[in-house]
Amino acid sequence: MNPREFNITLILPNVLTEVRRVQDDIESALQANQFGDTDVFAIKLAVEEALVNAIKHGNQLDPDKKVRVSYSVMAERFRISISDEGPGFNPTELPDPTEEPFQERGCGRGVFLIKSFMTSVEYPGCGNTVVMTKDKSPDEPDDE
Amino acid sequence: MSTTPRKPRVTVEDVGDVAVVHFVDKKILDEQNIQMIGDDLFRLVEELGRRKMLLNFSNVEFMSSAALGKLIRLHQRMTQVGGKVILCHIAKDILTVFKLTKLDKMLKIVADEQTGLASF
Repeated sequence: MNPREFNITLILPNVLTEVRRVQDDIESALQANQFGDTDVFAIKLAVEEALVNAIKHGNQLDPDKKVRVSYSVMAERFRISISDEGPGFNPTELPDPTEEPFQERGCGRGVFLIKSFMTSVEYPGCGNTVVMTKDKSPDEPDDE
Repeated sequence: MSTTPRKPRVTVEDVGDVAVVHFVDKKILDEQNIQMIGDDLFRLVEELGRRKMLLNFSNVEFMSSAALGKLIRLHQRMTQVGGKVILCHIAKDILTVFKLTKLDKMLKIVADEQTGLASF
């Protein structure tokens, strides 16, 4: 696939199976723009966590609600905005999942991983939208 | 309700008293899938009485934070019953997830199966 800029906007039904389809489309667009495997992994993980949060926590799995996704894949940068119809949340109020006693918890690592893997993450407005970017990393030599 | 048994999401090989577990799925993502994997793993502990479990991730290319929760629960349960879980063959990018979340300090992670078998 030749490198080219992708600008996609989708209104998704509030079901988790939709995440897989979006992930596959984003992965193809990233590969077409020569993003490396580690960048593709990071973006896929962040998108997975953000979309699951939107569907499950934001929209409370309500089948009548929608998730709005808008993403751009450019030669050197990926950007995505994901909005749900929930009341939003304040990410600064979430506990650090690497600290006791929260490390023992089975959940609560999604937002932390998004922040760790992406170049920038913002929650504008009431917190029911996340906007995140990932700059393409310099080429890495193969490990093997 | 159908009573047809579902296909296991893991395969288990006995090496001495160690249950060496391989995952069927390359991607461990969906909640339903993670629940089934958890059920299979907990069955080894609760019903089959296994106390040494080596989880081989060589087939796993991608997993989300939801799967981490299941591994933590398994580790906690094994510790309660005096057992031990060891993880091996984790892909570089997935290993980064364990390191960022500091779960590499809670869970024992080794490079390969041989090292894992020698670590119980």
